[in-house]
Amino acid sequence: MKRIGVFVCHCGINIADTVDVKRVAEEASRMPGVVFARDYIYMCSDPGQALVRETISQEKLDGVIIAACSPSLHESTFRAAAQEVGLNPWQVEIANIREQCSWVHTDRKKATDKAIRIVSTMVEKTLLNESLSPIPVRITKRALVIGGGIAGIQAALDIADSGHEVILVEKDSSIGGHMAQLSETFPTLDCSQCILTPKMVAAGKHRNIRLMTYSEVEEVSGYVGNFNVRIRRKAPFVDWSVCTGCGLCMEKCPAKVPSEFDRGLSTHGAIYVPFPQAVPNKPVIDRDSCIYFRTGKCRLCEKVCEIGAIRFEQEDEIIEEEVGAIVAAPGYDTLPVTELKEYGSGEVPDVIDGLAFERLLSASGPTGGEVRRPSDGKVPKEVVFVQCAGSRDPERYKPYCSKICCMYTTKHALLYKHRVHDGQPYIFYIDIRTGGKGYEEFYHRAEQEEGIIYLRGKVAKIFQDGDKTVVWGTDTLSGRNVEIEADLVVLATAVVSRDSTGELVKKLRIQTGPNGFLSEAHPKLRPVESINSGFFIAGAAQGPKDIPETVAQASGAACKVISLFSRDHLEQDPAIAWVDEELCGGCRICVSVCPYDAREFDEERGIATVNEALCEGCGSCVAACACGATQQRNLSDSQIRRMVTASLGGE
Amino acid sequence: MSKPKVAFYWAASCGGCEIAVLDIGERILPLSEAVEIVFWPCAIDVKYDEVRAMRDGEIDLCLFNGAIRNSENEEMAKLLRRKSKILVAYGSCAHEGCIPGLANLKTRREILHRNYIEIPSLDNPDGTMPRTRTVVPEGELELPELYDTVLTLDQVVEVDYYVPGCPPVADQTWAVLEAVLEGNLPEKGSVVGAGTKIVCDDCPLEKKETRISGFVRPHEIVPEPGRCLLEQGIYCAGIGTRTGCGALCPSVGMPCRGCYGPPPGVLDQGAKIVSALGSVIDSQDPEEVERIMAQIPCPVGLFYRFSLPHSILRRKTTDDYKD
Ligand SMILES: Cc1cc2nc3c(=O)[nH]c(=O)nc-3n(C[C@H](O)[C@H](O)[C@H](O)COP(=O)(O)OP(=O)(O)OC[C@H]3O[C@@H](n4cnc5c(N)ncnc54)[C@H](O)[C@@H]3O)c2cc1C
Ligand code: SF4
Ligand code: SF4
Repeated sequence: MKRIGVFVCHCGINIADTVDVKRVAEEASRMPGVVFARDYIYMCSDPGQALVRETISQEKLDGVIIAACSPSLHESTFRAAAQEVGLNPWQVEIANIREQCSWVHTDRKKATDKAIRIVSTMVEKTLLNESLSPIPVRITKRALVIGGGIAGIQAALDIADSGHEVILVEKDSSIGGHMAQLSETFPTLDCSQCILTPKMVAAGKHRNIRLMTYSEVEEVSGYVGNFNVRIRRKAPFVDWSVCTGCGLCMEKCPAKVPSEFDRGLSTHGAIYVPFPQAVPNKPVIDRDSCIYFRTGKCRLCEKVCEIGAIRFEQEDEIIEEEVGAIVAAPGYDTLPVTELKEYGSGEVPDVIDGLAFERLLSASGPTGGEVRRPSDGKVPKEVVFVQCAGSRDPERYKPYCSKICCMYTTKHALLYKHRVHDGQPYIFYIDIRTGGKGYEEFYHRAEQEEGIIYLRGKVAKIFQDGDKTVVWGTDTLSGRNVEIEADLVVLATAVVSRDSTGELVKKLRIQTGPNGFLSEAHPKLRPVESINSGFFIAGAAQGPKDIPETVAQASGAACKVISLFSRDHLEQDPAIAWVDEELCGGCRICVSVCPYDAREFDEERGIATVNEALCEGCGSCVAACACGATQQRNLSDSQIRRMVTASLGGE
Repeated sequence: MSKPKVAFYWAASCGGCEIAVLDIGERILPLSEAVEIVFWPCAIDVKYDEVRAMRDGEIDLCLFNGAIRNSENEEMAKLLRRKSKILVAYGSCAHEGCIPGLANLKTRREILHRNYIEIPSLDNPDGTMPRTRTVVPEGELELPELYDTVLTLDQVVEVDYYVPGCPPVADQTWAVLEAVLEGNLPEKGSVVGAGTKIVCDDCPLEKKETRISGFVRPHEIVPEPGRCLLEQGIYCAGIGTRTGCGALCPSVGMPCRGCYGPPPGVLDQGAKIVSALGSVIDSQDPEEVERIMAQIPCPVGLFYRFSLPHSILRRKTTDDYKD
C-alpha cells in the first residue's frame, strides 16, 4: 500500500470559513493508505511548501494530496515542491475544496462532508497513480509570423535579432499594413512613413527573415515545436527574381483600377505596387482587372519590360515549411462606410472614413498632402469629424469602444488646421478617451490652442444638399440640436476584425472572441499567447490598438517565441493516452475521433497507436474505445471507477 | 481410476445452451466414454434428491446455464455449488443475465400484472395470480417463487469459470471440456472458451474510420458488402464485445449483438459502447445528435441486451405498477 500524506489548506478564510478543515484532516487520516494528514493556513506559502517537503522526506511519502484551490492554480507549484525532495510530480494530486466546495456552499456541516468526499476521491486516484516522466519533444527553432503590419514586422525583427529564422507571410504584395497608409501619428505627430519604412527595409534585408509577400497560409498541422505549414504563393505574373522595380510597366498599363491603398481616391494600373515605398518593391498583375487576362489582348507590360520579367503563365505555388512557433498578426479593418445607413451608406461623395482622410493628409497621398475633397477637389472650409461611427452601439453595430478613434480624430482635426488655416473643424464625440502617455496633453492642445470645436453628442443623420454635406446632431451639453452645412465629413469608423481572420483561425485552430478578435490565453496574465500552445498573437487583430501598444505586444509575443526556442527540447505532459496492444481489436474508432490527429493505425499489426508528441491528453479516444484498450495515464478506467465510488460515499 | 463425473443444469434460459452442448456433434461420443454424466435433466432422468444424496464435491465439473430467476434456480445453484468441484457459468444467462435479465427493466408486480391481467388474449376472469402455495383436494402444492430481480450465477454462489456466449460456440465448449479433463485450467474466476480481444479483431469487414451520421436497422438497408456495418449506420456491438465466436454474425453480414460480453478489463459493456458511439456521431449540433440517437428506440434493450443484471445499471429501480 502507498504511503499518502494529505495536506488541508485553510486558504486564509476562503476555505476554513465554510469547511471544518481540522475535521477534514482527521477524517483523511483514516482513509486507506493515508499515513499523515494536517491542516495549515496557507499551504502554498513558503512555510506551507516546506511542511509538504519535510513531511515527504520524514514520512517517506509516495503520494501527496493537497486539499486546496483549483489545480489550475497550484498543481504545478506543489508538484515542483515534491520533485525537489525526490517525489515524482505525478504522485501529487490536488483535491479542489475551494472552487468546488467552500466557495459554492454555505452550510458548514454539508460543505465539510463534501470536502471529505473530495479528498477521499483523490486518495482513491492517488493509490493507483503511476510515476511518470515528461515526454521530450524536439523543437524546430524557426518561427512563422502571419501578417506584415507593424505588429508582424516588429515580432519578426525581434525574433530574427535573437538569431532564429523567421518566415514572414503577408497576403498583400508589400508589408507595412495600415500604418503605411497613415500620414502623421498621434501624439507626437511624427510621420508614419518615416518611422515605418526603415523597419520595413530592415525586415526585407534581415538575413534571418524570409519575406513571403503575396502569400497566404493554406494549412497548419502539427503541434508546438513541430508545425508543418503549407503556404500558397499567389502568382504575381512577374518574375520577381529578375524584376528591377523600374516601374515602366506600371506607367504604360492602360487599365484603371481604384487604389485600395488610397481608399479609392486614386487609381493604378492592373500591374502595380500598392505604394512607392513598398517592400519588396515588385509589381503584381491583378488578374481580375488585367485587360489581357480578361480579353486575351494587350500584353503591353510585356512589351515594355526591358528585361522580360512578365510571366503570364505563372501559377500559384505551394511551399511547405517546418516551424516551431507561430505568431498571428493579421491586423484589423475598419467598418465600411457603406454599412452606416444614417451616414449615407457610402453614397454621399464627401463622407469619407479616417483612413481615406489619412491618405488626403499624406505627403505621398493622391493629393500630395493637400486636403481636397473627393467630389470636386475643392479645399473644404468646414469639416465635421464624427467619432464612434459604428462603435459603442450594441443595438446596431459594434458594442465595443474602438479605442484609437478619439486620438486620431483629434490628430485629424489638428493636421487639417495646420493645412487649412482658415478652416473650421468640428468633432462630434461621446466621451474623449485619452488613456495613454501624452494623450491628454495632446487633446488639450487641440481643444484650447487650435480652435477645434468639440460637440458632445451623436450625429443622427448625414445627407447631401447641393455641394454641401449636411450633418444633423445634438449637442448634449447645451441641449440644442445642431445642423452643420459641411464641405467634408470624416467618419471614425469602428475598428473591426478582418473578414479573412475567421478563415485564418480555423486553419490555425486558435480561438476568437464574440467580436471576431483573436482570443488571448488569459486577459491579464497571458495577453500574447493563444490557449493552444505554440501560437502567439500580436497587434490589432487581438483588439483595437494604437501603434505603441501594438509594438509592445509584438515584442511580447516575440519574447515568448524566443523563450520557447531557448530550450533544448519541449516537455510534454505524460498524462496522455496509451494503448494496451494485447487488448486493442483494431476498430479504429479512436483514430476517427482524435481532434489532434494523434491516433494512427498500424496496418501491419492491426492495432491503433498514440503519437505521444501530438496527444494533448483530451481523453476523447479513451471515451471512444469500447474495448478498454486505450486508457489515459493516471486516469484509468479503474481509477475513475474507484473515484466515482468514493465520491458517492460508499462501496 | 474412475471416470470424472459431469453435470449439466438448466436454470432461467431458453434451452439454447443445452443444444449448444449437443452441438459438439460426434465428439459427444468420446465425451460420454471419458466421463460419467451424473445429472442432466434435459437428457437423463436423475431426480434432485439423487443430487442431494451425493457427497459434497462429488461432481467434478458442472456446466450451469441460465440465470437465477426464481427460488428453484437459486436452490439448485447452491446445491450444485456444494456438490461440484468446478462450477462453470456456462453461456450468457449464467454469466451476465442475458435476455431473461432484461426483465430487470420491470418489477415483478409489473410483469405479473402484464402477463396475468393485461394481455388481450388472456382469459382470466377471476384475476388469478400465480402463488407459491396452492391448496387442492389432494393436498398443498408448492411452486417456486418468482424473484423481483434476475441475478447472474455469481451473484448467488461462487463461480469458478465463465464460458460466455448466447450460446457458446461448439468448438469453444469442446475446448473447455478438454481443458477441464486434462486439468489444464487457468486462474480461478477467469473467462474461458473465449478470446481476449474484441470481435472487430476477427471481423473480416473493412473499416475506414468513418463517422456515423445516422442509425438504420438491419432490415432497412442492403449493406455494402465487405464494409464495416457500424460505419454504414447499423448498430454492431463488435467494438465492445469479447472475441470467441470467430465473428460469426458480421462474417455473414449481420451485426454483432454482443453476446460474448465485455472484453477483459471492461466492467460495463453497454456503457462502454454508448460512450464509443457517442464519440463517433458525426454532428456537433445537439439537436441533430438527439435526432440521431432517437433512431435507437430502446437503448437499454440494445446496449444491455446481454448484460443488464451484471452491469452497473443492474435493474430499474422504480415501480410503475398500477392496480
Ligand atoms: C484612421 C486611422 C488612424 C490611425 N492613426 C494612428 C496614429 O496616429 N497613431 C497610432 O499609434 N495608431 C494609429 N492608428 C492605429 C494603427 O493603424 C494600428 O495600431 C496598427 O496599424 C496596427 O498594426 P497591425 O500590424 O496590428 O495591423 P495591420 O496594420 O492591419 O497589419 C496587418 C497586416 O497583416 C496582413 N494580413 C492580414 N491577414 C492576413 C493573412 N491571413 N495572411 C497574411 N497576411 C495577412 C495585412 O495585409 C496587413 O499587412 C490609426 C488607425 C486608423 C484606422
Ligand atoms: S497585360 Fe496589359 S492590362 Fe495586364 S498588366 Fe500588362 S499592361 Fe496592364
Ligand atoms: S487523448 Fe485526445 S489527443 Fe490524445 S490521442 Fe486520444 S483523442 Fe487524441
